[in-house]
Amino acid sequence: MENARFENAGRGELDLSQPTHDALLISFYGIWEMGNDLPSAEEALNKIETASAIRRVSFEAQNLSGWDTGLLTFLIKVIDTCTQKTILIDMTGLPQGVQRLLALASAVPERAGARKETTQEPFLSRIGTATIEFGRSLPELLAFIGEAFMAFLKLFTGKARFQRHDLWLIIQQTGVQALPIVSLICLLVGLILAFVGAVQLRMFGAQIYVADLVGIGMVRVLGAVMTGVIMAGRTGAAFAAELGTMQVNEEIDALRTLGIPPMEFLVLPRMLALMLMMPLLCLYADLMGLLGGLIVGVGMLNLNLMEYINETRSIVDLTNLCIGIFHGGVFGVLVALSGCLRGMQCGRSASAVGQATTSAVVTSIVCIVVATAVITLICDVLKI
Amino acid sequence: MNCLVPHITVKDLTMAYGDFVLQRDMNFVVNRGDIFIIMGGSGCGKTTLLRNLVGLKEPARGQVFYGEVSFWESDQEEQGRIMRQFGILYQSGALWTSMTLSENIALPLREYTDLNEAAIREIASLKLSLVGLKGFEDFYPSEISGGMRKRAGLARAMALDPEILFFDEPSAGLDPISSRLLDDLILEIRESLGATIVVVSHELPSIFAIGNNSIYLDAEAKTIIGSGNPKKMLEESQNPIVRAFLTRGEQKV
Ligand SMILES: Nc1ncnc2c1ncn2[C@@H]1O[C@H](COP(=O)(O)OP(=O)(O)OP(=O)(O)O)[C@@H](O)[C@H]1O
Ligand SMILES: [Mg+2]
Repeated sequence: MENARFENAGRGELDLSQPTHDALLISFYGIWEMGNDLPSAEEALNKIETASAIRRVSFEAQNLSGWDTGLLTFLIKVIDTCTQKTILIDMTGLPQGVQRLLALASAVPERAGARKETTQEPFLSRIGTATIEFGRSLPELLAFIGEAFMAFLKLFTGKARFQRHDLWLIIQQTGVQALPIVSLICLLVGLILAFVGAVQLRMFGAQIYVADLVGIGMVRVLGAVMTGVIMAGRTGAAFAAELGTMQVNEEIDALRTLGIPPMEFLVLPRMLALMLMMPLLCLYADLMGLLGGLIVGVGMLNLNLMEYINETRSIVDLTNLCIGIFHGGVFGVLVALSGCLRGMQCGRSASAVGQATTSAVVTSIVCIVVATAVITLICDVLKI
Repeated sequence: MNCLVPHITVKDLTMAYGDFVLQRDMNFVVNRGDIFIIMGGSGCGKTTLLRNLVGLKEPARGQVFYGEVSFWESDQEEQGRIMRQFGILYQSGALWTSMTLSENIALPLREYTDLNEAAIREIASLKLSLVGLKGFEDFYPSEISGGMRKRAGLARAMALDPEILFFDEPSAGLDPISSRLLDDLILEIRESLGATIVVVSHELPSIFAIGNNSIYLDAEAKTIIGSGNPKKMLEESQNPIVRAFLTRGEQKV
């Protein structure tokens, strides 16, 4: 039998035998290496579990010609089962190296209570947990807004602690550096708006009203909304990622223990910069939108340039402009708040930074849309 | 040194993450001018203890006194005032990655002193050269090695010449020579500034070289199982776990 085994010594094999009725001998043959299609431990484990007479397990490795982790994992499974059933294990038959590694692997016992429990939570209980968490997140949100507000009060009394050059840097990042993308998007939105309007209005020979459509549409809401969405994706996400990474690296802890409130040092300059820059960007976006409309009006509908400009000037009054810029200011606050809030709430891992960023963008966009609806409604009630 | 004045007093402190209790009923006193070592196996809660001490994490139970003042029972302003006396080296350095090394050290100085920029820069250079990083003023944390980041963190912790310094494994990741220099530096800070220093450390040579008081936290017993001067502990401690730690496991548990 030994010789028959030797013929295919390449693969790892095993043989179970019972020299006496209460002992089990596991013999290993061939090369027991990972990826070598090793026999499963099922058979041996079954035997140990079912044959209740077995009190002693020993090993034999005379014909084992090679081994690595593949053998160790097998042995650990066997040993675990034996320990559970308080069966005696005799490891003397194993190679010295295997014995030493197994001893090392069991040198540090598992820490009681450290292992994470993974229990399947029932559906209702999950809903309950989610609701409680939501309930908890509300006060957190309010506390954040409150703290931000306090930071602003401190700013006005001149006691807020942040570095002025940080503010300038953020202003540059959120202002000037956003111009190219704002130009592109708003010019195109203006073009599209004029295009869509032109097709309809041409049927009545009322092409000139394209100027009204684009003028009111862009200046009153669309310019601000487009800028808001761009800034949510561009700057809100950047704020969340930046603060989140600082949270991961304990950088925020380091500020806190120095007695520098992160709210003033990190959040305040970001909010301030965005609140200052958003209305300006919004104004610029309006201009780009109008330019887009003008290109379609003059280039495609063959309207007279002066005629188009005059029509626009007559329809876009100061009220509309102010409403648009007000939108912009509100969106600035919302985007900065969501970005900073998510960043500060970030957990301590790389994936938490990803979640914070995603959540910041989603929160800002939802807030922008809701705020637009609310402002529009208010304007409607006030008849402006 | 003759009369011992308690600086940090910990009473019945229990720390936990949720239901997972790390250590319970800890009592110890750190005297003024001590170099106090917190020892223990990896994962027994040394960093967590530091976070409890410096005010980053509220303990599950118990109190931490600074002098006579109970930290966790004070209002925010008082806590801020106490925290301003701390210098902290975090286990991972926690340098502000968007600032150069010299800006990292300059920030606390800008916030809490009226020094002008030139003076601040000089102090930053001095602190950097104390930890062997002369010439790296304008490097960003991402441009230096792990051990160097550790030392830069140390320089930042010392920026304001604080009364109490907390070091979380200052010599981890350093070569033996730098590690030795660091020990000398720690002793020197204590001598010259009279600072109280709390060090989490695994480095036996450094523990014996600098520590004059210590506690040993055990993960199994979940509490302090040894305390006192490390050298005395090595000679006198009866506890097999502490002995094994202090002799690098040569005297078996
Ligand atoms: N944020 C956390 N939430 C839950 N458990 C945590 C958290 N941080 C640490 N732990 C747990 O607390 C235990 C102690 O962690 P701690 O960082 O204090 O260890 P340590 O003694 O500093 O170890 P080391 O010497 O390796 O730095 C660990 O077992 C860890 O699993
Ligand atoms: Mg630690």
